[in-house]
Amino acid sequence: MIRLILRRLLQLVPTLFGLSLLLFIWLHRLPGGPETAILGERGTPELREAVRRSMGLDQPLWVQYGRFIRRLFTGDLGASIQTKRPVWTEFAERFPGTFELTVVAMIIAVGIGIPLGYLAARRRGTWLDTLSVGGSLLGICIPIFFLAYMLRLAFSVELGWFPATGRQSVGINATRVTGFFVFDGLITREWDAAWDALWHLILPAIALASIPLAIITRMTRASVLEVLGEDYVRTAQAKGLTQRVVRGRHVLRNALLPVVTTIGLLTGGLLSGAVLTETVFAFNGIGHFVASSIATRDYPVLMGFILIIALIYVLVNLVVDISYTLIDPRVRVR
Amino acid sequence: MSVLTPGRKVEKLDRLAELAAAPAHERGASLWREAWRRLRHNPSAIVGAAILGLFVLVAAFGPFFVPYGPTDTIGVASGEVRPAAGVIPGPSAEHWLGYDHLGRDEFSRMVVGARQTLLVGVVATLIGMTAGCILGGIAGAAQGLGGRWGRRVDTVLMRAVDMMLALPSLLLAISIAALLGPSLTTVMIAVGAIAVPIFARLLRGSMIAQATSEYVLAATALGVRKHRIALSHIVPNSLAPVLVQMTLTLATAIIEAAALSFLGLGNPDPSTPEWGKMLADAQRYIEISPGLAIYPATAIIVTAFGFTLLGEAMREALDPKLRT
Amino acid sequence: MARQSGSIAASVSERGAHRAERRGSALLDVADLSVTFAHRGAPTVHAVDGVSFTVDEGEVVGLVGESGCGKSVTSLAIMGLLPRRGVQVSGRAVFDGRDLLTLSDDEMRDIRGRDIAMIFQDPLSSLNPIVPIGVQVAEVLIRHRKLDRAEARRESAELLDRVGIPDPQRRLREYPHQLSGGMRQRALIAMAVACRPRLLIADEPTTALDVTIQAQILELLKSLVRESGTALIMITHDLGVVAGMCDTINVLYAGRVVETASRRPLFAEPRHPYTVGLLGSIPRLDGAREDKLRPIPGSVRDVLPWPDGCAFAPRCDRRVDACVGEPPAMTAAPGGRAYRCVNPVLAVTTPPAALAKEQP
Repeated sequence: MIRLILRRLLQLVPTLFGLSLLLFIWLHRLPGGPETAILGERGTPELREAVRRSMGLDQPLWVQYGRFIRRLFTGDLGASIQTKRPVWTEFAERFPGTFELTVVAMIIAVGIGIPLGYLAARRRGTWLDTLSVGGSLLGICIPIFFLAYMLRLAFSVELGWFPATGRQSVGINATRVTGFFVFDGLITREWDAAWDALWHLILPAIALASIPLAIITRMTRASVLEVLGEDYVRTAQAKGLTQRVVRGRHVLRNALLPVVTTIGLLTGGLLSGAVLTETVFAFNGIGHFVASSIATRDYPVLMGFILIIALIYVLVNLVVDISYTLIDPRVRVR
Repeated sequence: MSVLTPGRKVEKLDRLAELAAAPAHERGASLWREAWRRLRHNPSAIVGAAILGLFVLVAAFGPFFVPYGPTDTIGVASGEVRPAAGVIPGPSAEHWLGYDHLGRDEFSRMVVGARQTLLVGVVATLIGMTAGCILGGIAGAAQGLGGRWGRRVDTVLMRAVDMMLALPSLLLAISIAALLGPSLTTVMIAVGAIAVPIFARLLRGSMIAQATSEYVLAATALGVRKHRIALSHIVPNSLAPVLVQMTLTLATAIIEAAALSFLGLGNPDPSTPEWGKMLADAQRYIEISPGLAIYPATAIIVTAFGFTLLGEAMREALDPKLRT
Repeated sequence: MARQSGSIAASVSERGAHRAERRGSALLDVADLSVTFAHRGAPTVHAVDGVSFTVDEGEVVGLVGESGCGKSVTSLAIMGLLPRRGVQVSGRAVFDGRDLLTLSDDEMRDIRGRDIAMIFQDPLSSLNPIVPIGVQVAEVLIRHRKLDRAEARRESAELLDRVGIPDPQRRLREYPHQLSGGMRQRALIAMAVACRPRLLIADEPTTALDVTIQAQILELLKSLVRESGTALIMITHDLGVVAGMCDTINVLYAGRVVETASRRPLFAEPRHPYTVGLLGSIPRLDGAREDKLRPIPGSVRDVLPWPDGCAFAPRCDRRVDACVGEPPAMTAAPGGRAYRCVNPVLAVTTPPAALAKEQP
């Protein structure tokens, strides 16, 4: 087991290595050159030249790359052009918001998607089934930012049921402990703060969850249909087992295996969707900052955030891979 | 964001590729005929094809029949459109969909926009398909036919694909777009890049399944040259899954292009009508005139949905066992 | 109705006594069972077309026929395991005085596994791959005999031992893919007999196994059935299997029973041309080298629908005019035999029944 984990981590190394190389080259090929990373697009030619020299851009490329990698290892991702603060700090500050958002979105997607997919499979050919399949095909065709805007227009601006922007309402005095607003509210027992933070999460989470929901519903339905036709389900029925046992132990346990793997892959989609959703709701998370740094050409932030997100995505998939071997006895290493 | 997650989808497409790997004479070249028959009776295929047909018609011939020029800012000139004051007239008898925020006729822009949108989608898909198929084809052929050296080539190429997959699709597109600067070609390349790993994995799977299939073994034993095998057998058999994937990629390409425009990485020229760009531009005026966002969004959704229906129906038609 | 686990000897003698007394009423009486599959866009298939047979307590009955003759579907219909969509079932299947085809789902769930059990053809796919064997055996015990987990575990180990699986305690924790094909089938048999059912249905239980293992599994089934007095329906296409095990044999063709006889008479004097053909097509070890194989001409697809005459007629070398036009009725013969043929193969000394009787 430990060997498996180590082996997988080792397989990651060339991928991450290649990624960092690509990002380094990317940084160098940016319009305006790497000095843009510090100056933005301002500055006289002399100033730019001076910055180039100070950045050591007159050194051979591989020396620069070495320095780049070394700095990466110490967590130094440079500083934001906009705010002048370290990129890492900006990330750490904004990460909790996005984390809460993606968790709620995933809960919605899984909490609705799996039961819906199961029901659609059991009642194959009924209106529920057709609606689920049609709905899930439609769900992936709706641009997230449009959905986010429409939800906001309808439920925040027009109906006023939900707050329109931000992570917490202005009036609430909340004690910050970890930066995870809902969690903070819970551990400091400031229930109104926690509830308020949660309320702010719901609309963006619904928008963000739309595509994973569609995919999970579809996958679960397909998987359950496949399992229902398997011989071991017939054996379970021939044994006269209760419907609950057949459904839980025999159908769902097998049908959900591929769905679990998919959840890992979906986190990537959630993270990139967050870029769009957070912007619409002016939600202070990493996605919003990525979007605004595109507009302000804040390349260090862009590169740093993308690198960290890629790392998270890769690690999440690794965890899912490994847990799969724990769940499926056929795959277990003896 | 890509249509379905790579893992499960690739499994299915691998299966499709495997099936198509059966030699033509075995199935009496009836794979296509069978598939066509099934497709004709499939309601989602009919709906999808109808939407596709309508879309192509509008894109091709629409611009000749529009009542106004798509870039004529007549509304502003006539004083009817004053976005700063919150006035953007909606649908009326002369302007079926009203004005946009720059005083142009929305209906004309929608019709003309079909062409540009189709162009973006098709080119992006072609870029992704070509690059992906070359990558995957070489990797798969190397793995299957090339021996030890071939396997190394395959590993290297697949690592490159893995790197592309390490980034969630939109972020990959953002990186490429930021590098290349905002323009129409940027969008097409960036969106195409998202599709590259999907096609690469698909074709590689197909090549490997066929390279290890028995009829290829037989052909080799008979002395047929490897490149002849590749050209006359393997390529036609890989066609089916690629076609299915192309249709599905077209659907999402349009949506991803819209997302890039929303983030400011799209075509900076405000005059060319393109549904994604129109949708992105409309966000600012959404409270004044939500229609400006709803029209292009609906068009995008319907078109993407049509392509998706057609693609899924094609996949079902080519292998009933994949029916979901 | 909970089944108590009693001593083996007592129940066997009990059953023997019952059998003598209840000769009149069979354990299972299948009458005119028909199953039709009709899906949108596909032609209607009459998989089972009026099948009738009986099973007495403790009797071993064979259902023999080629692939596609409807024998598996018959058993699935009796068990109530056919899907609901696109399937029409008619006729009667009376078990213990109740018509199984009319019972509710809940009632059938009580009967399955407890009073009637079934084992299937492919032991690997018939087992849940991600649940340990022990759990899969125990769940039957927990469900029908209301044992608690510890008791169920103990009993499961005993059952695995009874079916001949070595080191049963270890096997309880193992998964199906860790067992060999023969052991998997033994495990499935253990699950089937766990609650001492009165009827066991075995659908091609040895077809997917190696030949050497086949014999072992059949011996196991025979001994279990003898010990506990369980009736057994043996579904197979293999006449060799049938010859070694069955008391009564029903030969099926195209969804209908074409001959019923006890074992010895069937093999010694087959009446229906199809049965004759089946027996004749078995190559003989003691035949001369030049002897040609004698297959039945044509294929299963060359069939006449029953309403239009005898389904076997296109392939039959004893075909006469009377075979086409009206389906032949079941003719009864002495000794509990029956055959559905107007021109049967008759031993010289035995005249056919004077009147053709329709036997349900």
